[in-house]
Amino acid sequence: MSGLLAGKRLLVTGIITDQSIAFSVAKLAQEQGATVVLTGFGRLSLVERIAKRLPKEAPVIELDVQNKEHLDGLADKVREHVDGLDGVVHSIGFAPQSCLGGGFMSAPWEDVATALHVSTYSYKSLASAALPLMGQGSAFVGLTFDAQLAWPVYDWMGVAKAGLESASRYLALHLGSQGIRSNLVSAGPLRTMAAKSIPGFEKFEDEWVRRAPLGWDLGDQESAAKACLALLSDWFPATTGEIIHVDGGFHAVGA
Amino acid sequence: MTRDEIIAGLAEILEEVAGVNPDDVAEEKSFTDDLDVDSLSMVEVVVAAEEKFDVKIPDNEVQNLKTVGDAVSYIESNA
Repeated sequence: MSGLLAGKRLLVTGIITDQSIAFSVAKLAQEQGATVVLTGFGRLSLVERIAKRLPKEAPVIELDVQNKEHLDGLADKVREHVDGLDGVVHSIGFAPQSCLGGGFMSAPWEDVATALHVSTYSYKSLASAALPLMGQGSAFVGLTFDAQLAWPVYDWMGVAKAGLESASRYLALHLGSQGIRSNLVSAGPLRTMAAKSIPGFEKFEDEWVRRAPLGWDLGDQESAAKACLALLSDWFPATTGEIIHVDGGFHAVGA
Repeated sequence: MTRDEIIAGLAEILEEVAGVNPDDVAEEKSFTDDLDVDSLSMVEVVVAAEEKFDVKIPDNEVQNLKTVGDAVSYIESNA
């Protein structure tokens, strides 16, 4: 088998529809020679239907990152399909509605805590759960939305992403001695289920399309997916704790 | 495929995905207001309908499909 990821075994979280970034990750990974195992949350029946749309149907393991039993059992469930993992894709985020759409000043701690648990801490807990399957040269990749700035309507999700960006650096620090890398892809706005559930997200879509030096396609999940796969491949062997922007260059320009 | 056949197919999907009683499924019924199909269930209904009727239902069309009859008409003219 040839391809960028020939022979690699990947665990991909975060597919809910075929618009999900994780769907493009899984699809392109298979096309590049990887074996893919999926995790799904909530509507498993929907995830399973979508898994059938991949070039090769992939098994789906239920994983609620707030559920300790799911995390503790993950490695064994993955072993039913593959004998180890070369890469894990974290594409998980959630914030209660109170935390988004301008609710920064009023969101209660319980809701903020949920957002941080699912969107930030889960990067570490997923890594811990998968670690028994990972070895030298393997890698974690997560998805962020540029957390250096405050965005309208993103509110506590932005804080959660800032935490995720830091958590990825700490994962790089703590797993580096085992030869395991951790990097993030910072994508521009994409019209996924996750984005559609953020009230007012369309507010900065137009600005992105207008300002990004390369322009920006709100329906192009594959660019972000390609960066994820490049980071999981053998072609970034000395890169960890990094954030690659896949945003049309938006982050680099002021106006 | 006749409209009745499409309705029967949709009723099957709605029962499986969202637990809707097939007897409640009729052309004039609204997915959200009458049949209590939440937004994520609706996503799955659309995915299942795409498979069953071999049709592509783009996102910007989904928001126009308010009633069962809307969906039937879309499937009838695009399948």
